[in-house]
Amino acid sequence: MTRCLWIFSVVLAVMLGPQAQAVGGTPLEIRITQGVESALPIAVVPFQWAGAPLPEDIAQIISNDLTRSGRFKSMPRADLPSQPTDVMQINFKDWRIVGMDNLVIGQITATSDGGFIVEFRLIDIFTGKQIAGFQIPSHSSNLRLTAHHISDIIFENLLGTKGAFSTRVAYVTVDRKGPKDSTYRLQIADADGYNAKTILESRHPVLSPAWSPDGNQLAYVSFEDRNSAIYLQDVRTGERQKVVFGEGINSSPAFSPDGRKLAVTRSREGNPDIYVVDLASKEQQRLTTDSAIDTEAAWSPDGQTIVFTSDRGGSPQIYRVSPAGGPQQRVTFNAGEYNARASFSPDGKRLVMVTGGSGFRIAVFDLDGGRSEVITQASLDESPSFAPNGSMIIYATMGGRGTELAATSIDGTVKQRLALQNGQVREPAWGPFRK
Amino acid sequence: MRRTILMGLLTVTTAWLLVGCSNLDKKAAAPANVENRGISGDEMSDIDAAKSQGMGDGSGADASALNDPNSPLSTRVIYFDYDSTNIRADFEGVVQAHATYLAANPEVEITLEGHADERGTPEYNLALGERRALALRRQLVLLGSTAGQIRTVSYGEERPVAEGHDEQSYGLNRRAEIIYP
Repeated sequence: MTRCLWIFSVVLAVMLGPQAQAVGGTPLEIRITQGVESALPIAVVPFQWAGAPLPEDIAQIISNDLTRSGRFKSMPRADLPSQPTDVMQINFKDWRIVGMDNLVIGQITATSDGGFIVEFRLIDIFTGKQIAGFQIPSHSSNLRLTAHHISDIIFENLLGTKGAFSTRVAYVTVDRKGPKDSTYRLQIADADGYNAKTILESRHPVLSPAWSPDGNQLAYVSFEDRNSAIYLQDVRTGERQKVVFGEGINSSPAFSPDGRKLAVTRSREGNPDIYVVDLASKEQQRLTTDSAIDTEAAWSPDGQTIVFTSDRGGSPQIYRVSPAGGPQQRVTFNAGEYNARASFSPDGKRLVMVTGGSGFRIAVFDLDGGRSEVITQASLDESPSFAPNGSMIIYATMGGRGTELAATSIDGTVKQRLALQNGQVREPAWGPFRK
Repeated sequence: MRRTILMGLLTVTTAWLLVGCSNLDKKAAAPANVENRGISGDEMSDIDAAKSQGMGDGSGADASALNDPNSPLSTRVIYFDYDSTNIRADFEGVVQAHATYLAANPEVEITLEGHADERGTPEYNLALGERRALALRRQLVLLGSTAGQIRTVSYGEERPVAEGHDEQSYGLNRRAEIIYP
């Protein structure tokens, strides 16, 4: 336990440093549009704090995180039978009466250097035992992240799957005034839509953001030089470099799992093909030579396979190729007339993709069984990506105010919308676990 | 010095042409078989601005044809059918006119912008937009212009002229724009 605490402190101390940045932008508004019956009841009691009001309500953030996952039913604060902050204050009988399975309590104390120690305990009401308990050092600018970390720990302890509440999402917003007068913003927000930060603003189209495996960089496509080109940008420092450019299309970047290579689409030879670019040597290897459109490459988690979209068979379908090159095999067949933009689940067993027929919807394709299941019902759903724990999929959909983001559980039973007050938000990319 | 005077003249000419052409160009921007309601006034003037940039070159006797609102050369946007890169029969005359103009003015270089509607994935649509621009370039070259005169760029679905989510808007967005310097 002591060792565990120590590691946590180091990790957080590292994150506090260079990542602390000014918070800006309107948060995405999140609505849960569909939940499950079997959600676990849990109560998160307000954490004890003796000082002046804090900028964040940690217990409320945890409660919202857990509810948003669709796997928990958090008790509203007004319904809590009591508000214990210490194990000794818990009257287990009261909580059993209201049907609670688990209880989260905590305390916040100030440190001499102006920071905080956030202590929490996850309690099993039936056994009366503590399931998990941590002391986490934090800072006023980092309290939300600390709350998300606590949600992650609760999620993992109760469900056996790592939580993804402390992860981030990258997306592009578009403020359109006319076909050639639009503002594109590449933004990063916490997975709950808060702390939205613009990392690039441009009057030229920006698309296809892709995270590096360590979460420190984004690759994306920008038209700022009057043609598509691929850029890499450090999300902490803002430092950026143009890495793939030249005649034709330069787009659809995807980092290899080791972070050393980018799979990209280039059309310099006359039609779009998949290339692999070594980021250190800048050497490019062409993987496909078909005269059809080959684009939207994605790596398998083990780095052994690249899937991509090709219309070589007449309509867009998913194909696979080794990152070293060689023969290409078709992956999707009768799963719809239009199957495109596939990406792997974190366990490598499934693909999520856009499937089109009468409309465009999100489908999960089982690589073993070769079957696909459509999990959304709108007409223009696109750009799906898995959460790093594989529990949810984020995608873009058409809402009442234009394009919005939506998230769904992989079986389609839990759904939520993430909308901007103004403008469109599209092309979400769910970031990796924060280390 | 000569360069400065020339630039000045070009600026004045361009300004005059912008004023002179804007009203007439609006009519030309309406595609032959698609109603015009999907385009707002702002968007229309944007299209006009893009179309008007082609003026002021001043070279050769054909320059007036390029600026003549009644010439097929005034049509700078051609439209495509769904998931298609074929040049429609109703735009063959327009493409022929531009090819002939480019052949007669080999120093003129144009850009073809390929666009797609919002259906389908952004990256696939980028590829589709490029196919449209390349199909138009191929046709222009077949009809007499040289490939070196024509730069292509695809914007995919990123720059719609009509924002609706209906067939009428989609028809206006599936297009290739011919842009003179």
